[in-house]
Amino acid sequence: MNASDHGSFRSPWKSGSVLKSLLTLLAIWLSMTTLQADQIGDMVQANWKEQAWRFLSLRDPAVRAALIGSATLGALCGALGSFIVVRRWALLGDTLSHAALPGVALGFLWSMKKDPMTIFIGATIAGIAGAALASLIRRTTKLKEDSALGMTLASFFALGIVLISMTQHLPNADKSGLEQFLFGQAAAMNDDDIRLILVAAVVVLSGLILFYKELLLTSFDPGFAKSTGAPVQIAQYGLTLALAFSIVVSLQAVGVALVSALLITPASAAYLLTDRMKRMVWMSALFGALAGVAGAFSSFLQTKAPTGPFIVIGATMIFALAFVLGPKHGWAPRRWRRWSQSQKIRSENLLKAIYQTLELDNGHVSDSGAPITQIRARKRIPEKKLRKELRSLQSSGLITQVGTGESLEIFFTPKGKRHAMEIVRNHRLWELYLTNSANFPADHVHDDAEKIEHLLGEDMVRRLEKLLNHATQDPHGRPIPSLDDLEQSRSDSDFESPQSTAGYRHN
Amino acid sequence: MNSSESDILPNIETNSRKDKAIPALETHDLTVAYHKKPALWGVDLEIPQGSMVGVVGPNGAGKSTLIKTIMGLIPAQAGWVKVFGQSYKKAIRRVGYVPQRETVDWDFPVSVMDVALMGRYGKIGWLRRPGKKDRQVALECLEKVHMAPYRDRQISNLSGGQQQRVFLARALAQESDLYLMDEPFAGVDASTEAAIIELLREMKNQGKTLIVVHHDLTTAKDYFDRLILINMRLVASGPTEEVFNVETLQKTYGGRLTILSDVANAVQKAEKLDRPESGNSAGADVSESSPRL
Repeated sequence: MNASDHGSFRSPWKSGSVLKSLLTLLAIWLSMTTLQADQIGDMVQANWKEQAWRFLSLRDPAVRAALIGSATLGALCGALGSFIVVRRWALLGDTLSHAALPGVALGFLWSMKKDPMTIFIGATIAGIAGAALASLIRRTTKLKEDSALGMTLASFFALGIVLISMTQHLPNADKSGLEQFLFGQAAAMNDDDIRLILVAAVVVLSGLILFYKELLLTSFDPGFAKSTGAPVQIAQYGLTLALAFSIVVSLQAVGVALVSALLITPASAAYLLTDRMKRMVWMSALFGALAGVAGAFSSFLQTKAPTGPFIVIGATMIFALAFVLGPKHGWAPRRWRRWSQSQKIRSENLLKAIYQTLELDNGHVSDSGAPITQIRARKRIPEKKLRKELRSLQSSGLITQVGTGESLEIFFTPKGKRHAMEIVRNHRLWELYLTNSANFPADHVHDDAEKIEHLLGEDMVRRLEKLLNHATQDPHGRPIPSLDDLEQSRSDSDFESPQSTAGYRHN
Repeated sequence: MNSSESDILPNIETNSRKDKAIPALETHDLTVAYHKKPALWGVDLEIPQGSMVGVVGPNGAGKSTLIKTIMGLIPAQAGWVKVFGQSYKKAIRRVGYVPQRETVDWDFPVSVMDVALMGRYGKIGWLRRPGKKDRQVALECLEKVHMAPYRDRQISNLSGGQQQRVFLARALAQESDLYLMDEPFAGVDASTEAAIIELLREMKNQGKTLIVVHHDLTTAKDYFDRLILINMRLVASGPTEEVFNVETLQKTYGGRLTILSDVANAVQKAEKLDRPESGNSAGADVSESSPRL
């Protein structure tokens, strides 16, 4: 067979090519030097409906700038964040971002104005210095990583706050907007900020694509990676640098306090939804971009409010959705699966009770109706519940109910009879297996069989039968419904295709 | 076909014969310390090609440390390693590795196939993606360990034995000549162990050299044709029938070596008392004099 025909041979780089086209788009945006964005903060204050319309119509270049900027850094942090999450670097990201704050202040002091370039350089240096300091503490003392990081985070952040409040007292400096670096203000992004974001996104995302293989290997199994000569150290430094860049360019829009959430939250949501790295990177980038757009939008509606919290709330809402609704690990689908399983068990148990009521001494099942009084005696569940379950069995076409009240009688449909037979047979086969082959005493096996009977697949039943030499009586001496009975009722009901029963008995 | 084959055949034979004489692995005075506490002292080894070697010794004897140091995952304090007569770096493509199963996060979002493919990365090189041939090799290796039907599963949905086999498949995909395996039978059921040992024997018959850290003395004698017995130092290394005897086992597992660990503790304490500069410069001297570092 041609290898490429096989499902498992899907190119792992397909999502890479999608990322590549994204990069091309970014490059086009980058070349758009016509991004003459005014400071949105300067705009005339209009009511929120007009503002929303201005935002959604995308006619305003300032809106476009904020939108492009936030979406790009959301995607950037999302994609990079996938590696942060699988490497358990969340706290490192938090430390880097907080440690960047004194760098912001120093970059400002250097140029005495809010120049993105000097602030970028200052913040990057400070962030990496913070990470390096934490690493030094960890390596030279017996302190563990979390304490080292936590300490560095707080001390650099404190230093940053002190420096920023000092700049507020400087006489001749254009010091407006420095405090926005705490919680972010997407609306205050200017052209240079956006260009910086785009450059960082192009550099980091192409790094992720070009060195995906190495990043995956060194993240998953550093020991093995090193044994093959893969650049474990370089990958680590490269990722740290990429992390620093992404954090620093996000500071204007998200702020030092919350930027790490933009790295972790979308990636965590994606981690819950998929178990393939490539898909996780891609999904996380998308979630990040969505959160970024949401943040920019709210920043536009409420120019006084900081953007960071809105972006983070947006990302957290995506995570909450993944947490609750995620098909594999989500809370709601898990509950649903458990509920439908217990529903199945309930209806099967009721079917079994009807069967046992109608079962004759010779093992055959009477074709007459089963009186409700006898079923109630067997089932001992509240009357209302019993009636409800009977209705649900009827609507599934397994039984018909004749009469009302106490004179109600229940008749099997052919399909219901066969289903009941299967359950009873599974139960008795399993009991027999436990007593014969696993040497359980007969009085120990009933409760276990009560659970197992609902879980046995046709395959396992076949194996059990073979193992037990197609026995006809259970350990309590009751007849195990024979295959002839089953096939008889199967042909009556014509419920399943005939080949599923072919060779059932003799293999 | 035939004529051209016979033309080149003698040439190959002489080459391979010359090649065969070189030991697959040679170490000299290999010494390792963790946090300045010696863990392995002066290990000399010479492993001929095509042998299946068990590394045995009590807990904490330095079995894993030995093979990790051979691959440079742990820096050696002194001594050198040669793989097929070359430095490890030069021979790196001829070495395959099966780490201990607990060293990775099995929740990592990769499939069985993804992990097997990682064995190919070293051969693929920079900036290139795994090609069709790499996928084919990876799939064949998964088939050899009977894991091909699980290729699209995420790796946490596997039993311990299955995870171990995925690691083996990844090592097979490396297509190496020397394999270092760290406890490949840990947490594996008996039938899987039998299947793995059969696979290892097959590899040996193809001329591969296998060095396997093994904790079960009862099977070590049957599994391996050579043994390395260590307990912080090399007790014995050689053909199983020569080195597997009461005397060496007592030396390896008996209490006699506690003096060595006491000395190790003393060394660690002494290093602490030393000035940091002197300790560092001593370390630098050693590493300069050792060719592998």
